[in-house]
Amino acid sequence: MSNVDWFSFALYVGLVALITRPLGLYLVQVLDANGKTFLDPVVRPLELLTYRLMGVDHNEEYDWKRYTMAMLLVSAVSCVFTYAILRLQHVLPLNPQGLPALGEALAFNTAVSFTTNTNWQSYVGESTMSYFSQMVALTLQNFMSAAVGIAIAAALVRGIAWQSGEALGNFWVDLVRIAYYLLLPVCVVFAVFLVSQGVPQNFRPYDTARLVEPIRLADGTSVETQSIAQGPVASQVAIKMLGTNGGGFYNTNAAHPYENPTPLSNFVQMLSIFAIGSALTYYLGRITRNPGHGWAVWAAMMVMFVAAVVVCGAAESRGNPLHQALGLAVADGNMEGKEVRFGIFASSLFAVITTSASCGAVNAMHDSFTALGGLVPLFMIELGEVVIGGVGAGLYGMLVFVILAVFIAGLMVGRTPEYLGKKIGAYDVKMAMLSLLVLCGSILGFTAWASASEWGTAGLNNSGPHGFSEMLYAYSSATGNNGSAFAGLTATPANGDIRYNLTLGLAMLIGRFLMIVPILALAGSLVRKKVAPPSPGTFPVSGATFVVLLVGCVLLVGALNFLPALALGPIVEHFLNLQGRMY
Amino acid sequence: MGPAIVDSFRKLDPRIMFRNPVMFVTLVGAVLTTVSIFTSSPGPAGQGFVIQLAIWLWFTVLFANFAEAMAEGRGKAQADSLRKARRDTMARRIHNGVETLVAASQLDKDDLVVCEAGDVIPSDGEVIDGIASVDEAAITGESAPVIRESGGDRSAVTGGTKVISDRIVIRITAEKGNTFLDRMISMVEGARRQKTPNEIALTILLSALTLIFLLVAVTLKPFGAYAGVDFSIPVLIALLVCLIPTTIGGLLSAIGISGIDRLIRRNVMATSGRAVEAAGDVDVLLLDKTGTITIGNRMASAFTPAPGVTEHQLADAAQLASLADETPEGRSIVVLAKEKFNIRARELAEPHAVFVPFTAQTRMSGVDFLAEDGSAGKGGGAPAATTVRSIRKGAADSVKAYVQSNGGEFPDEVSKAVEAASRAGRTPLVVAERRRVLGVVELKDVVKGGIKERFAQLRKMGIRTVMITGDNPLTAAAIAAEAGVDDFMAQATPEDKLRRIRLEQAEGHLVAMTGDGTNDAPALAQADVGVAMNTGTQAAREAGNMVDLDSNPTKLIEIVEIGKQLLMTRGSLTTFSIANDVAKYFAIIPALLMATFPAIVPLNVMHLASPQSAILSAVIFNALIIIALIPLALRGVQYRPLGAVAVLQRNLLIFGLGGLILPFLGIKAIDMAIVALGLV
Repeated sequence: MSNVDWFSFALYVGLVALITRPLGLYLVQVLDANGKTFLDPVVRPLELLTYRLMGVDHNEEYDWKRYTMAMLLVSAVSCVFTYAILRLQHVLPLNPQGLPALGEALAFNTAVSFTTNTNWQSYVGESTMSYFSQMVALTLQNFMSAAVGIAIAAALVRGIAWQSGEALGNFWVDLVRIAYYLLLPVCVVFAVFLVSQGVPQNFRPYDTARLVEPIRLADGTSVETQSIAQGPVASQVAIKMLGTNGGGFYNTNAAHPYENPTPLSNFVQMLSIFAIGSALTYYLGRITRNPGHGWAVWAAMMVMFVAAVVVCGAAESRGNPLHQALGLAVADGNMEGKEVRFGIFASSLFAVITTSASCGAVNAMHDSFTALGGLVPLFMIELGEVVIGGVGAGLYGMLVFVILAVFIAGLMVGRTPEYLGKKIGAYDVKMAMLSLLVLCGSILGFTAWASASEWGTAGLNNSGPHGFSEMLYAYSSATGNNGSAFAGLTATPANGDIRYNLTLGLAMLIGRFLMIVPILALAGSLVRKKVAPPSPGTFPVSGATFVVLLVGCVLLVGALNFLPALALGPIVEHFLNLQGRMY
Repeated sequence: MGPAIVDSFRKLDPRIMFRNPVMFVTLVGAVLTTVSIFTSSPGPAGQGFVIQLAIWLWFTVLFANFAEAMAEGRGKAQADSLRKARRDTMARRIHNGVETLVAASQLDKDDLVVCEAGDVIPSDGEVIDGIASVDEAAITGESAPVIRESGGDRSAVTGGTKVISDRIVIRITAEKGNTFLDRMISMVEGARRQKTPNEIALTILLSALTLIFLLVAVTLKPFGAYAGVDFSIPVLIALLVCLIPTTIGGLLSAIGISGIDRLIRRNVMATSGRAVEAAGDVDVLLLDKTGTITIGNRMASAFTPAPGVTEHQLADAAQLASLADETPEGRSIVVLAKEKFNIRARELAEPHAVFVPFTAQTRMSGVDFLAEDGSAGKGGGAPAATTVRSIRKGAADSVKAYVQSNGGEFPDEVSKAVEAASRAGRTPLVVAERRRVLGVVELKDVVKGGIKERFAQLRKMGIRTVMITGDNPLTAAAIAAEAGVDDFMAQATPEDKLRRIRLEQAEGHLVAMTGDGTNDAPALAQADVGVAMNTGTQAAREAGNMVDLDSNPTKLIEIVEIGKQLLMTRGSLTTFSIANDVAKYFAIIPALLMATFPAIVPLNVMHLASPQSAILSAVIFNALIIIALIPLALRGVQYRPLGAVAVLQRNLLIFGLGGLILPFLGIKAIDMAIVALGLV
């Protein structure tokens, strides 16, 4: 890694730290039903009108069951709505290319994918989706799923901080306020910025350009023109990054020059992935009246993040030993699958960011990373995407580890473990472990199924350990609601086999909802508990010791389970690479 | 040790094992591995490897059972001696005035029995008539007899104790089979032991981890099939058993049992394990002043003479007035005078000295010296007709009245001295000789040595101490300051105590207290940890969740420490167990893959000799570490009164970091040993 790399890395971490507090303070207002923001004069009447139209009493507070039901209802309705649009794409407007409707399995997979904030794409955007589908079905879901994630995190934080008996807030109010005060306004500004960098925002049919140099194909035909996709790209890219959705407008996602044209747009997009997740840790500290705790959680995340970037960046800049032996290597490392305008470090950094957060947008092909370089993104997903993480999802995932860390180590100080004064009981441990079990079960279970069956191995692009990594990555990404692909895996094969699309869809549903329900149950259990006042005997949830403890817990409890699987994939591949074998 | 070994085999019963999911999975693994010795075809190295694996898996299970049996064994001996006390005694039941002889086990609640010298009290009860001295050695181990009498706070008797004098009538208060002795036996034996809340939560965590690792091991089979590696069942089981938290899983119940055992050995009976755990959580201690913070009685500490009187004169008079005073306060005056002025205690048996005892009416005590010939002295007044000298000591207002009635004056200086002493938390006694006031003797509470440091430690641990006393606020404040308690309640009534407990609990605190009287019962029941004194009433003993057989209120502090130690031991061993997994992965994963992917050899950081030796070493380490940690589980981790941060850092370093490093060394050592022995 060069000095410039280190500088840009330091700048990135510094800016993330810098926006955490102000954005966190803003979140405090947004997530308070009576909060005050500078947008109130314009947005407040609109907000109240929305409640009236929805028939929602915005002063009412929900217990965890009602909150969960509302969340499930919204998710189910919007999933069905998306599915319907995709299936009816051919009769709907704004389809200048005349694209046909999606098949059942693909429509299911895509609808689930966008509802769960995964944005796994089993399709090629520019040749599958009409502008209408992109804008109405997908972009709407990007907003919705991001808002749901933030709302769940807020509910859990309230459960931790409040002693209200049952109430966790009003789901509808949270949803509307997050969308109106946070996501929409930021995205408008962000989209305008993207347009300034050269991202298109139009409804034109695809351009046809004449190639400077015609390409002669193997069968002798000559290709002289190229079709260049257009569309309302900026508006979708803004929310795809800010809401850690990650679903690209185009197939190559943020590697596409129209989605991510300049190094500046690249940097700002990376920043926007972490913005809300990072600010939510400040929200945690603020609402629990323990700012040190919020920062400790943030620091634990950042420690893991920095370590991951250094490992990934080093592995990529060291490059492929085989290529180097042959004298083929680019001087500064592994450039395969990377965009020249970003280079090795910005691609490595992007890869770690997008997998730390459950974003899933990519500006380079993870499949082409070195074994160790590719191990890092995979590992970050399998940690549970708790390093900043998806908007909301990262915080509630991390809080599960906080509760486990407090429970295990809390016993060590000689008291019933308590988290911010609330005693952690059997039920809380059960819910926390359930959410971990779901994650681990879905990733390992589906990968085992795929690796042992013909349909599973048929979709692979590479053989050996690398092929195994492709499957493991796919189910990790789906379960973790990340959505990035190792690329190389063909989930929608020409023979029409639907099993990848179905199992990936299931993994996404499991990874989202079987995770959220125990977490809301946890919030419901915590909010009923009395807070014991702190004393010198109280377990400290801030400071360096706690950061070490939390990182240790995430690594030991969260990641160790995947070590045997990783050993069969990237780890073996790495050692084989060193011996001169490639896949 | 012998019976514990037998017990560890007896505990292999799957119905018992099922209660401990971690060890149950290990048991199933041991069975499957044993079966595969016969079913699978021998590998290149023969079946020796699988046989050894099976043996060590069985050892893992047996070692865990052994730990539990050891912990139980310590209580068993005590239970046996208690059983001897319970051996079927006969009771003399009185019904409608007729005495019949029935077996003690036939007694119902509210039956009346009579016990005379030499009788063993048949069951728990309350003395309703008479007074007797009772030998309670059978339960307390204390051979000095105690007095039990009807009414008041010393009316409770315990079944199995022996009346050694007099006759008492007892109303039975215990249900059949639920006497104090029965409960004590089941407690020490660990029978009917219910899991405590923290234990349940921890078991859930460990079970979930086991389930996760089960998934890891099971899915490895198809993963291997894809990669072209055929993982054998015994090897996968070895991986599974090494990864699941067998260390803490195997020692968990031993830790719980030995925690209660530690209490028992300090002569404290807890009615449930839950109470022991709650003791660790307590953050407010309500302590009775007398007996806990101060030595039972007040002691003379200073003489302040009146104008015109020397301190020596005052001391002399005070000593004379106290010579026959057998109260501790009186004796302390004698001692102080002797210490300060070397005034020897004089015999008061001379016929001309008459001791005047304290009465509620006069509120004074003292001594009169009669003229040697018995003839009238100089003084006036009825008894004084024959007295030559008359000394009185008592409360200031009583002595003032006495002096004034004799025509004397009460000097202002003395009034001031009285006031000053009161303000300083002392009890002033004024000494006077007829009409002349000699001065003030100050009595003060003596705070127990070392108690202040103890409270400071408690404060560091986040525990607040509240002193309860019947004294007036002035006195209470002075003693509170001297003893270093955080807060005090003066002129406290039992109702005040109860109110205070409720208040603290409403603020989220957990409260512990001691008590003995019937009027303490509501507060004992309300407190999270209520320790009743064994000398107390039956009501108090029923209301609390612990009974201190030594009736030593200071023990509350030790109880809290034992509770904390119990939780610490669990947490530390859990951390250790989970941290161990890292090294085990480094031992087993290269071993699993080395045959198919020789390139992975650099991952074998410990340079273990062969795949077989690596796997076997990990399994052996995993089994032996249970045995190695049994002493720690039984003793509990070292407890230090420090703040949470310091304790956490210390234990993280020892058990977290230690848990990471130790297995690397251990597995390597075992690997070298088994290679040297030619076992693989």
